[in-house]
Amino acid sequence: MSTLASRCEPRRYDESVAVKSPAKLDARTLRRDFPIFEQEIHGKPLAFLDSAASSQKPRQMLDAMNRFYETSYANVHRGVYELAERATEGLEHARERTRAFLNASTTREVIFVRNATEALNLVAYAWGLWNLEPGDLVVVTELEHHSNFVPWQFIAGKRGAELRMLPLDDQGELDLSGLDALAREGNVKVVATNLVSNSLGTINPVDRLVSWAHEQGAIFVCDAAQAAPHMKLDVQALGVDFLAISGHKMCGPSGVGALWGRAELLQRMEPFLTGGHMINSVRADKTTWGELPHKFEAGTAPMAEAVGLGAAIDYLEEAGLDAIEAHEHELAAYALGRLAEVPGITLYGPPADKRAGIVSFNLEGIHPHDVAQILDLQGVAIRAGHHCCQPLMQKLGVAATNRASFYLYTIPEEIDQLVDGLFAVRKVFA
Amino acid sequence: MSDPGLESLYREVILDHYKNPRGHGVIEDADAEAEGQNPLCGDEVSIYVAFGDDGETIDDVKFSGRGCAISQAATSMLMEMAKGRTAEEVATLDKDELLDEIGVPLTPVRLKCAMLGLTTLKVALHKAKGTPLPEGLAGFDDLELT
Repeated sequence: MSTLASRCEPRRYDESVAVKSPAKLDARTLRRDFPIFEQEIHGKPLAFLDSAASSQKPRQMLDAMNRFYETSYANVHRGVYELAERATEGLEHARERTRAFLNASTTREVIFVRNATEALNLVAYAWGLWNLEPGDLVVVTELEHHSNFVPWQFIAGKRGAELRMLPLDDQGELDLSGLDALAREGNVKVVATNLVSNSLGTINPVDRLVSWAHEQGAIFVCDAAQAAPHMKLDVQALGVDFLAISGHKMCGPSGVGALWGRAELLQRMEPFLTGGHMINSVRADKTTWGELPHKFEAGTAPMAEAVGLGAAIDYLEEAGLDAIEAHEHELAAYALGRLAEVPGITLYGPPADKRAGIVSFNLEGIHPHDVAQILDLQGVAIRAGHHCCQPLMQKLGVAATNRASFYLYTIPEEIDQLVDGLFAVRKVFA
Repeated sequence: MSDPGLESLYREVILDHYKNPRGHGVIEDADAEAEGQNPLCGDEVSIYVAFGDDGETIDDVKFSGRGCAISQAATSMLMEMAKGRTAEEVATLDKDELLDEIGVPLTPVRLKCAMLGLTTLKVALHKAKGTPLPEGLAGFDDLELT
C-alpha cells in the first residue's frame, strides 16, 4: 500500500500502477448499504453523481448514530454516571478512529470541528491572526475551494499580509515554475492548498509544496476534504502541519469534521473559540486554557456526529481506501471516454490517472444550470455552478461548469445514464 | 420530448427568447446601468438604459451577459416589458408580471435565475433616479451596486 505522498511523484506513481493489483471493489454490493438508492427520482433510477459535494450515507453509519442516541447519550466529559461515561467513550473512540485513519501520532492532535471550513478557519484565526506580519506572504492556489481561500484572504488582509496564488497550467495541474520567484518576493509564512481539487479532481503535488514551504520557514495547511474520502492519508508521511477533513464527504454525517495539527504548533496557539469545556480554570481576572485537544473544542461537541464519523471510517476501511481509489480512477477513465462521445462537450482537468473521481465539463452553448435541470428529469444528479471555486472559474474563462463525481457506490450504468441524458439535453437545445 | 417536466420548463417561448434574445447588446453612454450576478450559479447580466426626452420614460434598454436559459430568457422578456415605461413604473413592477410572462413554475433556485435581470434593472434605475430598490436589496445602499 503506497501512501499518497509517494503517489504524488509522477514517475513512481506510474510504476506503482504497473505493479499494484488493488483489491477489487464491489460497488454493486456496497450500493445496497445505502438506503437512498432504494427510490426512483422522476420515475427513473437515481444516478447520484454529486458525491464531491456530499456523499450518501451507509446504513451502518446511520445505525451507529442511532444506537448512540438510543443507548449511550448524555453530555460528555462531565457526568460521573454510567451514560455520561458511555457517551464520553463513544466520542473518544471516534477520536481514536480518526487518529488512526490519518495516522496521527496522538489523539491530542485530533480536534473535532463542524467541517473542513471550520478547521481551516481555526488555523487562519488561531495561527494566522497571531503570526502573520505586514508584508508576509500567504500562498494559496487557483484550485482552492473557497474554504481554503477566503479565510486566508481575510486574515492576511487583517494583518497586512499579502495573498499569492499559484497558477494552473493548461492541463489543470499546478504550475510550480514560479516558486523561486515567490520565495525571493518576500517572507512566505503560510502555504495552503488542497490535496485533491473538488472542482477538477486534480491530485496536487503536495509533497513538493510541503518541502518548499518548510524551506521558507512557512507552515503548510492541507485541505484534505476531497482527498480523505478517496485515498489513504498519512499526515506523518505527508509532512504537512495542519490537515482538514469533513465527515459528510466521506460517508459520515454533516456537522462534524476534524482538524489535525502538529502538537507543538497547537500547543503554542491561542484558542479559536472560547467558552465551556476548553478551559483549565476560570477566574474573574484570568482564564487558562485546557489541554489539547480540548483547548480547541469549546462548547458541547458534535457527539453523535463524531460517532457517525468513526463508523464511516470503519466502513471506508472495510471497503479499503486503495480499492476505493482504484475504483474511482476506473470510473473517471470510463466517464472521460463516454463523455467524449457527446458532441460539443468540453472536458476540464487532467488525464484520468492524475485525477480523483471528478469530471467537470461544459456543453457548448448550454448553461450548466439548464444541463443539470434537464438531467434531473432523467434521474441524474450532477452539480452545476462554480463549485465554490470562483477564482478557478475565472481562470477557465467560464461562469460555471457541470461536475459529475463518483464514489465507492457509483456504478458505470450511472455514467451511461448521464451520457444518455446529455444527448437529451442537446435535443432540447438543438 | 415526452417528459412533461421538460416540456413545461423549456417550453418553446423560453428557448426562443434564449436563442434570439430581444434587446441584446450594449448602449454606449447609457443613462443608467448596472451589473448583476447570481452567486449561486454564476449567471451574469449587465443592463443599460437610455431615457427619452422627458428623462423618465425608458426609450431603450439593452442587456449583455451570460447565463442559463432561464436567466437570459427572462431578461430578454423583461427588455420588451420595460421599454416605454417610466423608471418609476419599472421600479415598482411586480415580479409576478414577469413570472406570468415566463409562464412556468420555477423552483426557488431557478426563481433567482429568473429574477436576476429585473433586480439588476431596478438597481440601475435606483442608481440613476433614486427609485426604490427591489425587495430584499432595500437597506443595502452601501453594497457595491456596480
